[in-house]
Amino acid sequence: MKILYGMQRPDEGEIRVNGSPVGFHTPADAIDAGIGMVHQHFMLADNLTVLENVVLGSEPRRGGIALDFAAARKKIKKISDAYGLGVRPDVPVEDLGVGDRQRVEILKVLYRGARILILDEPTAVLVPHEVDELFDNLRGLVREGLTILFISHKLDEVLRVADEITVIRRGTTVATVNPRDVTSRKLAELMVGSELPSPETRESTVTDVVALSVRDLTVRTGDGRPVVENVSFDIHKGEVLGIAGVEGNGQAELVEAIMGMRPCEAGALTLAGADISHWSTLRRRAGGIGYIPEDRHRHGLLLESPLWENRILGHQTRRPNVKGPWIDRAGARADTRRIVEEYDVRTPGIDVDAATLSGGNQQKLIVGREMSGDPVLLIASHPTRGVDIGAQAAIWDHLRTARAAGLAVLLISADLDELIGLSDTLKVILRGRIVADVDPANVTPEQLGSAMTGAGEETV
Amino acid sequence: MNGFLDRVLGRVRLGGWLAVAAPVIAVVFAVLITSVVLLVAGKAPVEAFTTLADYGTQPRSMAMILNTGVMYYISALAVAVGFRMNLFNIGVDGQYRLAAVVAAGLGGAAVVPGVLNIVLVIVVAVVVGALWAAIAGLLRVYRGVSEVISTIMLNAIATGLGSWLVSEHFGVLTGNDLGTRPIPDDAHMPGIPLIAGTPVLVNGFIVVAVLLGVAYWVVLNRTRFGFELRATGKSESAAVASGVSVKKMIVVTMVMSGAVAGLIGMPELLGASYKYSNNFPAGLGFTGIAIALLGRNNPVGMAVGALLWSFLDNSSNQLQLLDISKEIVQIMQGVVVLSVIIAYELVHRYRIVAEQRRVSRELAAPQEAPKAEAAA
Repeated sequence: MKILYGMQRPDEGEIRVNGSPVGFHTPADAIDAGIGMVHQHFMLADNLTVLENVVLGSEPRRGGIALDFAAARKKIKKISDAYGLGVRPDVPVEDLGVGDRQRVEILKVLYRGARILILDEPTAVLVPHEVDELFDNLRGLVREGLTILFISHKLDEVLRVADEITVIRRGTTVATVNPRDVTSRKLAELMVGSELPSPETRESTVTDVVALSVRDLTVRTGDGRPVVENVSFDIHKGEVLGIAGVEGNGQAELVEAIMGMRPCEAGALTLAGADISHWSTLRRRAGGIGYIPEDRHRHGLLLESPLWENRILGHQTRRPNVKGPWIDRAGARADTRRIVEEYDVRTPGIDVDAATLSGGNQQKLIVGREMSGDPVLLIASHPTRGVDIGAQAAIWDHLRTARAAGLAVLLISADLDELIGLSDTLKVILRGRIVADVDPANVTPEQLGSAMTGAGEETV
Repeated sequence: MNGFLDRVLGRVRLGGWLAVAAPVIAVVFAVLITSVVLLVAGKAPVEAFTTLADYGTQPRSMAMILNTGVMYYISALAVAVGFRMNLFNIGVDGQYRLAAVVAAGLGGAAVVPGVLNIVLVIVVAVVVGALWAAIAGLLRVYRGVSEVISTIMLNAIATGLGSWLVSEHFGVLTGNDLGTRPIPDDAHMPGIPLIAGTPVLVNGFIVVAVLLGVAYWVVLNRTRFGFELRATGKSESAAVASGVSVKKMIVVTMVMSGAVAGLIGMPELLGASYKYSNNFPAGLGFTGIAIALLGRNNPVGMAVGALLWSFLDNSSNQLQLLDISKEIVQIMQGVVVLSVIIAYELVHRYRIVAEQRRVSRELAAPQEAPKAEAAA
């Protein structure tokens, strides 16, 4: 998508627009070729009017200097009427609702002469009736001969609006299908991959001892919208509890609330019998929560610090990293060597920066770090995302071993094979709510995929 | 990945000879640019630089360079504490001046005798500097006010507040000079005859400055607090996920930076002028920013930077003997700062590429070895 809009160069391959090959160096090249992008996050200046926002960057001139607002207004009116967008040019953007803002974004792109529109997750911020309006608009645009590339996670929407669907998984095209020929379940299967995980006959290590208990957890965004709503579950020692869900349904917020990084409005958290609802992140970590973050670069590592300093990160109150207020360099370094050894982190030494390691090795270092200090609970958020197959298998093994030793694991993943293969208990999260409990022993990825998208809740 | 700003502010590690290469390149470049300016102005660059060097190596000038350098160094340390965690304490200037006014007023009143008075003056200066900086820290944490803006404004307020304190409360008029009552003789910081061949003594605060430099290094590199501070500076999101309370760190760091800033005026107050008046050195806080950038927040690097700056400032008057404007030195200082930023960026990019290449080479090596054996 970034490549199509000229923000990134392709390594190989070619892009053809209307049959002729093109090479984009900047977004400006893409705009010249008639490609326009509507970003997921709106790029509008709130304090300007719709008109000003639309012309920003390509202002019509009069006599070389003065802005020709009259001409711009006329052009905007024309586009708006032609495609039935119903945009009022003189309203400040701050007074507009989300749906209107999106139409302004679309109009902005059209104003620049785009004939091909890329919409990146356009419905993520919309409520259902706004989605309907958007789809009406899109159909209008298509009728006028425009091409639309609609990128979405939501299967039902893609099925409703698209004339042709291409499924991409892990960076490669999986299939191109006609929406009339597929069901949403079939599509889910294509999205997540349909191979069943190798059936593992392993005895359950689940005990009766509750490690983490979550009760009625609710998290709201700044504007009061609940992103996690009334979530409750228990994780026992020796249990892996998997949370399945399409990304953006509250998983990240749930994890951050449990880690104490995000305030939760209601609910109670109990870790090994202690009420941790009001504990700081540091105290929760010291109390025995290990955390493999979803985004290791943002939350898990100091990229331009050496490995041994990264070993201390998040464990800066505990041995072997500190003695009182002092950093125990020898202790931290020795333990980093242990992690490198035990977790097979491929590195020439512990003094190289974390940034120089491959993603898989970075992740193994994080896993090793979070497993040290005998955690009670491990939160593993997409633990094998973006790592190579070898590292993935190694991380899975470490998780299984730790589980057998009595660790409670909260596993969040978009990889259904991983979820089904590792979890003892599976819950499905949709729009911030736990909508289904699934038995990982008897579920297929297709069934799970349907439950995740809300396409077939009754079947599970 | 870290941004350009992180590199500018020295939160990114540079090791070995690379760390030295960048400032050396920058100084050489600055000498070249300054030479060009001198040539354009019709002056001889070689002569100008020889004059500067000759003056700078005389014992008397060396003592004076050390004395000014001590203040520059403390100022750079104050700025660097903030830089290490992404805080721009532009208010070091106001913090040290206000601290000096209040400390001078109390010291001049001589409420306690002798050495105790020295201690009192220093403690008061540290506390005033810390409190003044804390205002910016608290505004940032509770109201989201950028510390850049608030510290700049607090500088202006400190200027006004200082003048008011001197004129209305602490001030006595000696001739034309309105200043605080001088600190009594028994509470003067003794100088050290460090440099042979000149009666000029080196300010006793050089010891304090060295200790501060050591403490700065130890706290940042060897303590848990320092680790959390550096982690916050390198990646706030990772620090939050690791349980660092960023709000607390902002306030504490601001307070520490202000406390060090409070000491900047002390060499002058307790070792040279003994009072705060209109002649008290101003603008040291901004010099500190330049030196912290030049020395990349490294305690040794900043010491070298402080001496270089002090050398240029002290010897600039000599240029007038050659009929060269002494402001040429400011051009040189400006070019040094600008080019050091560019040089660090270039060196940084080189280092990243070199290290990645090294890691992949070292990882590839053991796997190739068995293959070679198999082939043989």
